[in-house]
Amino acid sequence: MEKKHLAYFSILLVGLLLIIRLFYIQIIDTKYKPSPLNNSAIAVKYDYPERGFIYDRNGVLIVANQPSYDIMIVPRDVKPLDTLEFCRLLKISKKDFLKKYKKSRIYSPRIPSVFLAQLSKNDYAYLQEKMYKYKGFFIQKRTLRQYPLKSAANVLGYIGEVNNALLSKNSYYQQGELIGINGVEKQYEEALRGVKGVKFIQRNRFNKEIGPYKGGVYDTLATVGKDVTITLDIKLQKYAEDLMANKRGGIVAIEPSTGEILSLVSSPTYDPNLLVGRERSKNYTRLFLDKDNNPLYDRSLLAQYPPGSPFKIINALIALQEQVITTETPFYCHGGFRYGRSSKAFMKCHCGTHGAPVKLDKGIYKSCNSYFANTYKKIIEKYPTSSEGMKVWSDHVKSFGLGNFLNNDLSTGVKGIVPDENLYNRFYPNFKWGASTTISNAIGQGEILTTPIQLANMTAIVANKGLYYTPHIIKKIDNKPIKIDKFTTPKRTTIDSKYFPPIIEGMFHVIENPGGTARWSRVEGIEICGKTGTAENSHGQDHSIFVAFAPKDNPKIAIAVFVENGYWGSRWAGPIATLMIEKYLNGQTNRPREEKRMYEGSLQDEYDKQLLKIALEKETK
Amino acid sequence: MRKRQNNIFAGIDWILVLFFIVLIFLGWINIYAASVTNTSGEILDFSTRYGKQIQWIGLSLVLIIIIISIDAKFYERFSGVFYIASMLSLAGLFVFGTSVNGATSWYNLGFSSIQPSEFSKVATALALANFLNEPNRDLSNFKTQLSTFLILLIPAVLITLQPDAGSALIYFSLIFVLYREGLPAYYLIIGFLAIFLFLITLTLGFKSSIIIIFSLITLLIVYLLNTKKFHLNREWPKVLILYAVIGFFLFSVDYVFNNIFEQRHRDRFSIVLGENSDTKGIGYNTNQSMITIGSGGLTGKGFLEGDRTQGSFVPEQDTDYIFSTVGEEWGFIGSSAVIIIFIAFILRIIRVAERQKSKFSRVFGYSIATIFFFHFMINIGMVIGLLPTIGIPLPFFSYGGSSLWGFTILLFIFIRLDADRTYEW
Ligand SMILES: [Zn+2]
Repeated sequence: MEKKHLAYFSILLVGLLLIIRLFYIQIIDTKYKPSPLNNSAIAVKYDYPERGFIYDRNGVLIVANQPSYDIMIVPRDVKPLDTLEFCRLLKISKKDFLKKYKKSRIYSPRIPSVFLAQLSKNDYAYLQEKMYKYKGFFIQKRTLRQYPLKSAANVLGYIGEVNNALLSKNSYYQQGELIGINGVEKQYEEALRGVKGVKFIQRNRFNKEIGPYKGGVYDTLATVGKDVTITLDIKLQKYAEDLMANKRGGIVAIEPSTGEILSLVSSPTYDPNLLVGRERSKNYTRLFLDKDNNPLYDRSLLAQYPPGSPFKIINALIALQEQVITTETPFYCHGGFRYGRSSKAFMKCHCGTHGAPVKLDKGIYKSCNSYFANTYKKIIEKYPTSSEGMKVWSDHVKSFGLGNFLNNDLSTGVKGIVPDENLYNRFYPNFKWGASTTISNAIGQGEILTTPIQLANMTAIVANKGLYYTPHIIKKIDNKPIKIDKFTTPKRTTIDSKYFPPIIEGMFHVIENPGGTARWSRVEGIEICGKTGTAENSHGQDHSIFVAFAPKDNPKIAIAVFVENGYWGSRWAGPIATLMIEKYLNGQTNRPREEKRMYEGSLQDEYDKQLLKIALEKETK
Repeated sequence: MRKRQNNIFAGIDWILVLFFIVLIFLGWINIYAASVTNTSGEILDFSTRYGKQIQWIGLSLVLIIIIISIDAKFYERFSGVFYIASMLSLAGLFVFGTSVNGATSWYNLGFSSIQPSEFSKVATALALANFLNEPNRDLSNFKTQLSTFLILLIPAVLITLQPDAGSALIYFSLIFVLYREGLPAYYLIIGFLAIFLFLITLTLGFKSSIIIIFSLITLLIVYLLNTKKFHLNREWPKVLILYAVIGFFLFSVDYVFNNIFEQRHRDRFSIVLGENSDTKGIGYNTNQSMITIGSGGLTGKGFLEGDRTQGSFVPEQDTDYIFSTVGEEWGFIGSSAVIIIFIAFILRIIRVAERQKSKFSRVFGYSIATIFFFHFMINIGMVIGLLPTIGIPLPFFSYGGSSLWGFTILLFIFIRLDADRTYEW
């Protein structure tokens, strides 16, 4: 090619390349077509709808809104003013005024910021008339959450400013907007918040707003937030919180026929109004730093305890299903169960049957350790190898919703632990483990860990004779009952329903039989089936556990109560569970002495002792 | 000697003049759009950028009259003097210059500032033309090559030191003129290869690129061996040297980039190589300019209707980023038209250069074609995100007296030379 032509060719080629590139960015690639939202020539204004209310299952209002008025400032627009008069109106000192003014200037001279937050309604009415005199200041109305009943803080959650991580993920939210951070406020954020309205306003080239952008075709109206009805019975919830005063633990109550959560208590709790408004961050920090009581930690969903004796119910059901026992199979108890040759290999029992034959019913209401150790051994040893036996056992246990997330609509949760053959093979790589090695599983100790909500669900399964509805908190949105498949389709366990009646009978006798472990918690006129439990606690006093459902026929409520360091099942957990059942079914209780003992009883001494013990243990290490 | 002293316009290439008028006009209305504010009034308001530009344009008309009144021979005869004076003015910056945006490229004359590097392009082009015009200049001869490179290298180095690497690049581009005048092609090939290897190293990193390049060379050698035209037992020292040189080059690019370049230099490359999409940081200007251009769509928003231009979202929009105004207000149609006009203009210069009988005029013509072309390509390439941020003006469009005058002088000296082409000097 001649050099002249090479030059022509190269120049034309470059021209063509530039035009292709222009075609790409101007015609093809939409990335360079700014939407009205991030076109700086257009002002975007939002119209925030009021957040939906939250009601309990009986239509009691539990979360409402309160108007709040802030004085806002745009420092650049502030004109000389009668500071003295203005300070008197706002009830602040001149020093305060200057401090606040300086602060807002540092934040931004042009962007409005809060000058004085949350005026009282009276101040607002009065000030509103006078604000025109003070250029650069204006009053902005906001709505804040309000909790008239001061209850269920762990369930409801709270709202706060959206964080940066979410801002980059979700394009709906802008810096400084509010969002549900926890609990129902978080889970049902989209329903509750509604949809904010957007107005696009055209600015001219001098940055003055001159009217709706493109005649307002992109503008949207705000949609008001939907009211949400949750499954809680707030009266029962509040009652349970009061019963748990000065005690730590978790309570979950479920309606077995629907899986609706009637109460979800974590103790100690806090007044949800603390996390609203001006004092929010101060209060939050205080609650967050209270590591001993840990009020922000939802024990009903997150605390994992060994389930203790209530777990014997599952072992009995598995044994029946696997046909290694019948209801009539007798075992004998001489103060405990020997599972090995060494003198330490002995599991004590205080059932007091002294070698008389113990059958299923008695095994349950006397909570005989020997009975269940034998039963458990039979399950595992039914199969040629321990691994196979353990797999069968573990699969049965897991079918009760243990050892995994329940997949519910609560904003937090943990899996718990159900051991299986893999776990033990890892534990004992060079050891032939077997039923004896894992004998603690027989009585709900050892490796197994459950949360209160899992145990409550397990109780509901027994009440339903083998099936359950995933426990959930939502009942209605916008007054329409929810239709969520995973909450309305029942799930089955691996146990046939025909094996449940004898177990239920045994649980009935726990309370009804004069020899039952919870006979003191008997409630006149209500047939309660329950099971006491005591979970060993290596750091301090044992935990008190009780599970129950009632009435025996057509159960309306299933409940699990954990009281940390509560000695044994019938001491704290039993009375609290039965009082709640009584309250829920009868609307009132008829055991004032028991009630008073619960209201006034404190386990603070035990918590202090435990704290001291843990500290000493650390020291000696 | 010339025979028509009474008519200085005889022989003028009116097509080039027409291009000049069109470009100046288009440039000015876009400067107007980019710099008009609510407080500006008259078009001749000299306190505004567009008013000042009108002033520069008016003065450049005077300049044009002077340039074409002078005998063509004058430019050839005094090219050495211009060159030396111009190099002195560049060197003088280090003593008397004023810094703007970190680069000491300006003389502050009180009423106005002057950027000597815009004028040294003229002097260098003249000096180059004059040097190659001498008889016995043979660009395949190493001594001639060395002297020619020196003519380009002196201003390039002085300008790089200001530092204004973008303008310095223009002098290197004149190597294309030398190619036209007989410089062996392998200089260009090596140059392109170096740029290619440079970019490969920056994109893929040292290790990957050396593996890829060495495999390619090995493949090539295997191929050549198969053709039997190449014998390893004779050529092996060359092969070894090839590997060594390329290996060393890749290594030094990697080393220079990572150890000698400052972060801001690296950032500029990273943006173009697509490694850095930080829209608020270093790539902010380019990103804003691309959004602004993209928002123009097919037909644009119309004169003074570009909300992003009017809202001053693109920094330096009336100087280096002036083309984004074209893109927003005149759309794809308008901006393509500007590109076509520029391309036609440069092709016209080459055509006119090719018809010169005197080597001096032809070299000068090619030089200005190259200068215009590289300004055009680098500036628009940067504004639409094809090239790194290199701050050089778009000829006749970007606001600024020095660059307008520099380009005007370049063009009209050439028009003068061309007008005299039929006469024996
Ligand atoms: Zn026993």
